[in-house]
Amino acid sequence: MRPGGRHPQDAPARSQGPGPGGKSRRRTAVLDATARPGASPQPGIHQLIAADGTSVADEELAPYVADVDDEQLLQLYSDMVTIRRIDVEATALQRQGQLALWPPMLGQEASQVGSLRALDMDDFIFPTYRENGVAYLRGADLAGIMSTWRGSANTGWDPHKFNMATPQIIIGAQTLHATGYAMGLVLDGKEALSIAYLGDGATSQGDVHESMVFAASFQAPVIFFCQNNHWAISEPVGLQAHAPIAGRAPGYGIPSLRVDGNDVLAVLAATRWAAARARSGAGPSFIEAVTYRMGAHTTADDPTRYRGVTELDEWGAKDPIARVKALLQGRGKLDGEAEAGVAARANAMAAELRDGCINMPDPAPMSVFNNVYTTEHAILDRQRDHYERYLAGFAPTDGATLEGSRS
Amino acid sequence: MSTLTLTQAINAGLRKAMEDDPKVVLMGEDIGTLGGVFRVTDGLMKDFGSHRVIDTPLAESAIIGTAVGLAYRGFRPVCEIQFDGFIYPGFDQIVSQVAKLHMRTHGQVRMPLTIRVPFGGGIGSPEHHSESPEAYFVHTSGLRVISVSNPQDAYTMLRQAIACDDPVLFFEPKRRYHAKGEVDLDADLSCAPAMGASRVVHAGTDVTLVTYGPLVTTALDAAKAAADDGISVEVIDLRSLSPLDYAPLEESVRRTGRLVITHEASETLGLGAEIAAGITERCFNYLEAAPVRVTGFDVPYPPSKLEKHHLPDLDRMLDGVDRVLGRPNSLSGLEG
Ligand SMILES: Cc1ncc(C[n+]2csc(CCOP(=O)(O)OP(=O)(O)O)c2C)c(N)n1
Repeated sequence: MRPGGRHPQDAPARSQGPGPGGKSRRRTAVLDATARPGASPQPGIHQLIAADGTSVADEELAPYVADVDDEQLLQLYSDMVTIRRIDVEATALQRQGQLALWPPMLGQEASQVGSLRALDMDDFIFPTYRENGVAYLRGADLAGIMSTWRGSANTGWDPHKFNMATPQIIIGAQTLHATGYAMGLVLDGKEALSIAYLGDGATSQGDVHESMVFAASFQAPVIFFCQNNHWAISEPVGLQAHAPIAGRAPGYGIPSLRVDGNDVLAVLAATRWAAARARSGAGPSFIEAVTYRMGAHTTADDPTRYRGVTELDEWGAKDPIARVKALLQGRGKLDGEAEAGVAARANAMAAELRDGCINMPDPAPMSVFNNVYTTEHAILDRQRDHYERYLAGFAPTDGATLEGSRS
Repeated sequence: MSTLTLTQAINAGLRKAMEDDPKVVLMGEDIGTLGGVFRVTDGLMKDFGSHRVIDTPLAESAIIGTAVGLAYRGFRPVCEIQFDGFIYPGFDQIVSQVAKLHMRTHGQVRMPLTIRVPFGGGIGSPEHHSESPEAYFVHTSGLRVISVSNPQDAYTMLRQAIACDDPVLFFEPKRRYHAKGEVDLDADLSCAPAMGASRVVHAGTDVTLVTYGPLVTTALDAAKAAADDGISVEVIDLRSLSPLDYAPLEESVRRTGRLVITHEASETLGLGAEIAAGITERCFNYLEAAPVRVTGFDVPYPPSKLEKHHLPDLDRMLDGVDRVLGRPNSLSGLEG
């Protein structure tokens, strides 16, 4: 054997050869990507609050939330109640024709609240379209958030003001942006971090894998926060992942944690773990928050076509809000009055949202040309000028609307 | 004859192609149990099984890239891209691989892929759901690009696309998905008009109005409205965007002397630019006026509350008709 050469026994296991009669043993015509290992019990999920509201001891996570007292837990509860109320109101507004579309976050409140509350204002958030609860908790105004879903604007907040990027619809694209932002933080010598929200379906996209490669290569202080809500529109998580999603990141050299995404404390703790790593220069982390999308993918979706009702019952019993409520009540920290206070705050937000939404003016016609370039652009300026002249041709003499048809 | 919506016609076309050729497989996100977000593939997984109607993981580059491998293996994959704006993650595979393999291999490898893309606006969707990316593909040699405008064409042209040994981008006008029309389900493919052929869909003598996909209906409405003003507009449905079939256009422009081209895609380097140049080269001596384009603006597709301004409508088409006729129009008095 040559020095450094490989001993034949070191060779990787070979795949099965042809079976009896020289016929391949491989199945003939079944691509069983729909096998659902994701549906079987999933091991290694960290938890601090069980579904029934009792505390769970988890040595790894507990230190990260040792400071969270009942008062703070009540605040997390209130956050969750409020964003659920916002979600319900937005769904209703869509049904009433006030919003073009809405992606419900129902069931994912603990994931959104727990992760957001682990961050500092300096930390930059790269969300998907579903993090409307995160956007609200970050400070974006409700009408602004709704403007996207009403079709009035592509984003309803200033990313630099709230350190939060615009809602991302292209699946997975934001993970690269978050990684690049984190690389920038390193170049600037800053201690902050970035966080990319993504879904379980997104983990199939090349962008997500490339972002993990870059994050590891450059030890970027980025958190990949994957909400595994079990569905990518109609496709079950088992189609995208034949092993727990959290298991992928270590292959790129990125440590990961798998947590109960319906447990706000566990999510808070896991995100603080990742944040601490990022701030200390230890680089990227990956969190898989195992949760469930209780609603439709969006208001345009019909989940009855693809999922069974028993799933909803199963996950309904693991509700993120109910369990914190039970925990607080068990400790005597949530009496009727406190609960009414929380509900009143949530209702006030819902009223503000409704008001902001239905009173939102439509964007001005000529704004279709705005902000395409930062400085003048001859061709576009010509088009703008022509369209202005065109619209002027419809201006009725009585000063009414510009809209109109000659037919 | 059956009355079908465009969606049902495409579904029937897929079904027929799958029945006729066991090598036809469908691939895409949500196309199985859900039947696609537009229900175009409704029922096909049930009838043909999950090995022929493949719900893929959420990755466009992989959908197209694995279809290339399947084509190497002798399959005829029909890929569904869920919405126009999501084709870009698969763009590299389409323009660098799918389009080039036949030539790269001296004709030894064929890429009979059909890539179905619901495209265009007017349905009140958020970002990335209303785009018209056809020009990128028309600009890429090695691809065929078609766009249907009615159920009969959808049924026959989809089958032609699947049967074609070249890769075909098949653009479906999503805002016309529910439009109904007569479809001859028994139509013999060999008797149907060629996939590459443009067609006059409304005869006229004063102006030639050229379009494709979602705007064919609007152009026909414009022709009717123009007739009320005593103007006779000939409407041509391109059907094939690459290659362009110039014959009916040339014939028409030689008679009318006037050309308006309209599409939802932005103006710069859109199909309108190509057609204006192509017709100017071919019919210069017959033109009574410079060709006019009525298109989407050179802006990213706007939020849905603004899309009615971006999309050419009947009035903007008629304004274009007025311009080539030298009638009073929005730009009267302006030069250029
Ligand atoms: C590149 C791209 N392809 C397809 C889509 C259409 N689409 C929107 S959401 C979605 C499913 C996403 O699932 P997941 O990542 O699990 O996130 P979830 O919506 O469940 O939160 C799909 C296929 C898209 N937005 N972008």
